[in-house]
Amino acid sequence: MKEVAIIGVGQTSFVRGYEGSIRELAFDAFREAMKDAGITQKDVDASVFCSAPEYDKQRSPAGVLAEYLGLIPQPTFYVETVCSSSSTGLKVGYSMIKSGLHDVVVVLGFQKMSEITSAESQERMGRGADIQWEAPFGTMMPAYYALYAQAYMAKHGLTHDDLMGVRLKSATYGAINDRAVYRKPVKAEDFKQGDPEAKMAGPVAWPLRVGDCCANADGGSCVILANAEKAKRLSKKPVWVLGIGAASEAVNMAARPDFSKGLSVGYAAAAQAYKMAGITAKDVKVAEVHDCFTIAEIMAYEGLGFAKPGEGKLLVREKATYKEGRIPVNVDGGLLSKGHPIGATGGSQIRTIVLQLRGEAGPMQVAGEPDIGLVHNIGGVGLYGNVTIFGR
Amino acid sequence: MGFEKFGRRSFTAMTKMSKFVDLLAEGKIEGTVCKDCGAKYFPPRADCAKCFSKNMDWFEMPKKGKLETFTTAQYAPFGFEGDPPYTMGVVNFGGGLKLFARLQKGLPAEEVKVDMDVTIRPLKYDDGQISFEITKA
Repeated sequence: MKEVAIIGVGQTSFVRGYEGSIRELAFDAFREAMKDAGITQKDVDASVFCSAPEYDKQRSPAGVLAEYLGLIPQPTFYVETVCSSSSTGLKVGYSMIKSGLHDVVVVLGFQKMSEITSAESQERMGRGADIQWEAPFGTMMPAYYALYAQAYMAKHGLTHDDLMGVRLKSATYGAINDRAVYRKPVKAEDFKQGDPEAKMAGPVAWPLRVGDCCANADGGSCVILANAEKAKRLSKKPVWVLGIGAASEAVNMAARPDFSKGLSVGYAAAAQAYKMAGITAKDVKVAEVHDCFTIAEIMAYEGLGFAKPGEGKLLVREKATYKEGRIPVNVDGGLLSKGHPIGATGGSQIRTIVLQLRGEAGPMQVAGEPDIGLVHNIGGVGLYGNVTIFGR
Repeated sequence: MGFEKFGRRSFTAMTKMSKFVDLLAEGKIEGTVCKDCGAKYFPPRADCAKCFSKNMDWFEMPKKGKLETFTTAQYAPFGFEGDPPYTMGVVNFGGGLKLFARLQKGLPAEEVKVDMDVTIRPLKYDDGQISFEITKA
């Protein structure tokens, strides 16, 4: 089903403390994607901007950013599903093109997290969950994901070494990704319990430790979508959107099914995307999954069918998700090492897969000319889930 | 009004469920049940999503449940700085009813286990805030 393609991708380096404003951040990602596509603003019919609100002060950012990028008077609007905002933006852009309304759509994700402190950021993220019934207990994202990790440890024999294995892998690739915020090497000794020198070992929300949590970052990402006719005309290497799946789940933990079974949105979105693309998990050659915490990557393996329920840990132990493994996952460092500028994350994952399918991923390139790639992007604590499948 | 007294720090002042706080003050932890279709909700809801009824009644939550999962926060978000460490968890009462809350402060970490028998009780903080907590059965 080759009806909508990606003809350009761009992203900024993910950094702590970007030296400009959100409009300048957005421009950096946009400029790279436009140069990649080889088009000008006259070729663009509409734009979609994606972020999580309340990090910067700008209300209704779409119009402001569209003007700065030179995308007025074309229509523009704002899309939000917290951490999965820009993969939701991709779904919206796909729909706008598939409907025939527009030929070329720009999807731009951005987040400048450094305008507020880390504690303020935790409070904002906590309020991305149930503010009426849960935030009053002092909830935050690491604690929510820790509930899943604890259940996995009790029911499936998941260990701290398994969680650490996810981080060691991401750090391996963060080190070779020049866009990643965390590029320092990480070793098993860094997780040694009780050693004050062990920088990854400190508890955050037990059983999750510092090394289990992704890095806040500032960043922007941009994906340019086109219909088949324009894609074939404008692009030498279009990457096609083959399947889209999206789901939602109860916000309150009291309404969640079994915590030892992971995030229901991961399963639901994957099933839809595989069906639409007409493929199975075995056909995926390279994947980007939402590893906001180490446990989240293990749950993603299961939701996507890379491992059976409860057996995600085995992929870590077998190193099956390394670049040379059976199914390479997050070989750009993932959210854990590349960084997680919330609204920009989905677009960055998409960029990585597009580069992989074009054979342009540099030192991160998976061998064997991968033809099918997958992006798994979660919003909140599995409140939203998007799975998108791409092909050459 | 009234809901600003709920929890360690409330983010919601006005809800049709503010009676929940009054019930807590009376020592009762209650959910709502739809009088028309029988659907039970915790946290309580003013509106039945199953049959669109607004005809809701209160019911007292079960006392005995199992701790399905938990976590101990060593850091706290903005506004909760004085609280860590604190443990939060999910109780499964069976029959589709679950509850999320903090665990009783000071419960030794080695005594808290997944699947342990737990109970729930109302809790009043020194500053007048009203909540509920999970403790060992």
